[in-house]
Amino acid sequence: MTAILSRRAVLGGGALLVSFSLLPPRLAAQGAGDAAAGLPGSLARTPMLDAWIRIAGDGKITVFTGKAELGQGLMTALIQIAAEELVVMPQAITLVTADTARTPNEGYTAGSHSMQDSGTAIRHAAAQARVLLIGAAAARLKLPAEQLHADKGLIISDDGRHIGYGDLVGDQLLHVRAEPQSTFVDPTLYRLIGTPMPRVDIPAKVTGGAAFVHDLRLPNMAHGRVVLPPSYRATLRQVESSAAEHLPGVLKIVRDGSYLAVIAEREHQAVMAMRTLAAAAIWDEKPDLPDPASLFETLAALPAEQVKVRDDAVEMPPGTRVVGARYRRAYQMHGAIGPSCAVGQFANGMLTVWTHSQGVYPLRGALAQLTGLEPDKVRVIQMQGSGCYGHNGADDAAADAALLAMALPGRAVRVQWMREQEHTWEPYGSAMLTEMRAALDSDHRIVAWEYRVRSMTHATRPDGKAGNLVAAWHRARPIPQPAPRPIPLPEGGGDRNAAPLYTIPKARIIYDFVPAMPLRVSALRALGAYMNIFSIESFMDELAQVAGADPVDFRLKHLDDRRAREVVDKAATRFAWSAFDRRYGSGRGFGFAQYKNLAAYLAVAVEVAVNHESGHVRLVRAVAAVDSGEAVNPDGIKNQIEGGILQAASWTLYESVGFDRTRITSRDWSSYPILRFPAVPDSIEVAVIDRPGSPFLGTGEAAQGPAAAAIANAIADAAGVRLRDLPITAAQVKAAIGV
Amino acid sequence: MITLTVNGASHRLDIDPATPLLYALRGELGLNGAKFGCGLGQCGACTVLVDGEPVYSCLVPVAALQGRPIKTVEGLGTADKPGPLQQAFIDEQAAQCGYCIAGMIMRAEALLDRNPAPSDDEIRAGMAANLCRCGTHLRIIRAIRRASEALQKAAAAAKPQARR
Repeated sequence: MTAILSRRAVLGGGALLVSFSLLPPRLAAQGAGDAAAGLPGSLARTPMLDAWIRIAGDGKITVFTGKAELGQGLMTALIQIAAEELVVMPQAITLVTADTARTPNEGYTAGSHSMQDSGTAIRHAAAQARVLLIGAAAARLKLPAEQLHADKGLIISDDGRHIGYGDLVGDQLLHVRAEPQSTFVDPTLYRLIGTPMPRVDIPAKVTGGAAFVHDLRLPNMAHGRVVLPPSYRATLRQVESSAAEHLPGVLKIVRDGSYLAVIAEREHQAVMAMRTLAAAAIWDEKPDLPDPASLFETLAALPAEQVKVRDDAVEMPPGTRVVGARYRRAYQMHGAIGPSCAVGQFANGMLTVWTHSQGVYPLRGALAQLTGLEPDKVRVIQMQGSGCYGHNGADDAAADAALLAMALPGRAVRVQWMREQEHTWEPYGSAMLTEMRAALDSDHRIVAWEYRVRSMTHATRPDGKAGNLVAAWHRARPIPQPAPRPIPLPEGGGDRNAAPLYTIPKARIIYDFVPAMPLRVSALRALGAYMNIFSIESFMDELAQVAGADPVDFRLKHLDDRRAREVVDKAATRFAWSAFDRRYGSGRGFGFAQYKNLAAYLAVAVEVAVNHESGHVRLVRAVAAVDSGEAVNPDGIKNQIEGGILQAASWTLYESVGFDRTRITSRDWSSYPILRFPAVPDSIEVAVIDRPGSPFLGTGEAAQGPAAAAIANAIADAAGVRLRDLPITAAQVKAAIGV
Repeated sequence: MITLTVNGASHRLDIDPATPLLYALRGELGLNGAKFGCGLGQCGACTVLVDGEPVYSCLVPVAALQGRPIKTVEGLGTADKPGPLQQAFIDEQAAQCGYCIAGMIMRAEALLDRNPAPSDDEIRAGMAANLCRCGTHLRIIRAIRRASEALQKAAAAAKPQARR
């Protein structure tokens, strides 16, 4: 890594290059990469450069990522990174996303990891490819590398000669192991990184292009629909299927134990046949769900495995003021606007599945187990889907497409779940309980802290196991769901962000991991961090109130991390926190966290209006400051934070999965209301603190917890009552105010 | 046979007259814009215009639509030549996953047709029927405002020419 670009490098002006590793020490320590290989990001798992970047003889550049576009703007950011380091226009790059036949295995697109894992790998690979191209040109032209530079697909010499990338690359040039260190383009010379490049996926989405797996139309494609049981553990006693069989267009009824589905020529024919079949099916059901009226008592009583997050010997010292509080969170759902969809095709012994899953490789393993095929006979290709906020029904629809494709060999079969199926069968975000106590000394400083969080799992993704797919539970030979395991720290699941970033001398933080799953649960955006940050940040306000301190000052008093202080300060300043005009019914609230204590820093200040008659709360405005490290696409970050705040507002004010002793009762948007246009705030301002040259810090989930807490704190400020149960519904507010 | 007039073109379709329009648009005509969201008229992802009015295409059967002009997002422009509302959505980067967006654009099209210069409150009320789960609402409102301004500017510029 010695090549130095000439002064006349495209980059215009001096071409200083900086050399450093983008892998922060704590990521290395947590095993995010292969420490032995010492390679940054996902290069640790897939070290060959040509697994990431290929250049054809005609100069065409293809970049491969094992991550998926979920509408978070990943493709655009990765193209920016690759084009920057390869010194080409973004249009020169074709990006291939997650596909088991083509791309590296980068696990799941989850946990706000994509920029850290894939962005880092692609950046290093592109930078190293550029250096190799320059080296090859130097050998060809018999010039020192210092006299060459890269510019828009050409390596150009100081004396004016040039060779195209495609002429230099051959078969072997990029077929080399990545080095741990790269020579990056100097941040002061960036053309693309740090600019709000328009998203590459938006034009198709606003003009009716084929943007989603839902829009995939293969030749001679049939349509499948599944009849899901009316409740989790219902079994199919009998079904008289002849009426459905004789409907127009019906190709096949598939029954395997309690697994019931139909395939038809046209989509609406499949829907009609599915309805007919559902009406004819007789199920045996048991009232085996918890009593919703005593859900939290049930949760508190379930057996739990203890995970110690921090285990200082904590005593509440004499002479201190001890404050305590308990918080609760209902089950909440992803609720993508489009129900899950997939297309399967089984031909010549090979199964291909197109899916909006977050993890093509882990899904491939699960599908292989489900179908009995060898994994190398299963190809999983990711395409975009409707809103992905974690583990929703995508993998289950993929399993349905696989099974129905194998029931109709040769033909492609498209399956989409119905609205009530998505609502009642997707894995929810777990109900949770938190309890805390803290002691304040005479200087209003926190000297002791006890925190306990209780939750069911946040991780039942496919992980190569068929038992994590709904279809596997219903077949004649069922595969039960594997016992869940807690996600280890520092990422954590239910204990994600259970440890505050605040400086607290003594703390005992315990996670009670409940393996039972009366309702199906898994990863919903931010996992436990949403509830933990809501609890901690609500409690910080409760402590500030006892201390008689301003909530922002009180936080800063306990924050030593420089970057944390900066986002807090910026959000407060931009909001005009100190100058807040508290009219009747209005209140201000603040929330802060560093996501997972290792990703993006985010602080947010909000204003709410509380209607004292109805209890209705409206988020009026929000001002956030975010530090995502080096900001590749600032507008992409803003879009994620704006969306995160609005989604968190919806969760926090409205959302709770309803159920009775037998069934889920939140079956549609009337029984699971979410935020609508008339209730959205007047404005959301997001200040992006850019750190050129710093590691990327995952951002997609950073807003969820702080926004929830800020809203709760603003309600307390406006209404004078502290509400600790999520969602903070109008009924709860009205009851608390007591008008 | 059912005759549908979609984006100005006439199509004779051999389908069950009870088929909701959405399935005819997607399945028979190969159009992607209108999306299945709920099948219940609760989310607006399937919104298209019939006689210039927004309808839930997941509910209305094709039998009711013979000879009535149907407009979908494909009728407003293309990725190479986007219409004013589509351009405004691109300019404001008003999408995350984008699944709801075609329905949003069609409802906004009807709104601007009725009220070329809506206030923000009128936009909120006009868009209330459509759900977005990614939280792109504020960008959508900005895009509609931007399109409204662009259309008014274009109308003002066109007026003197029309008189000539």
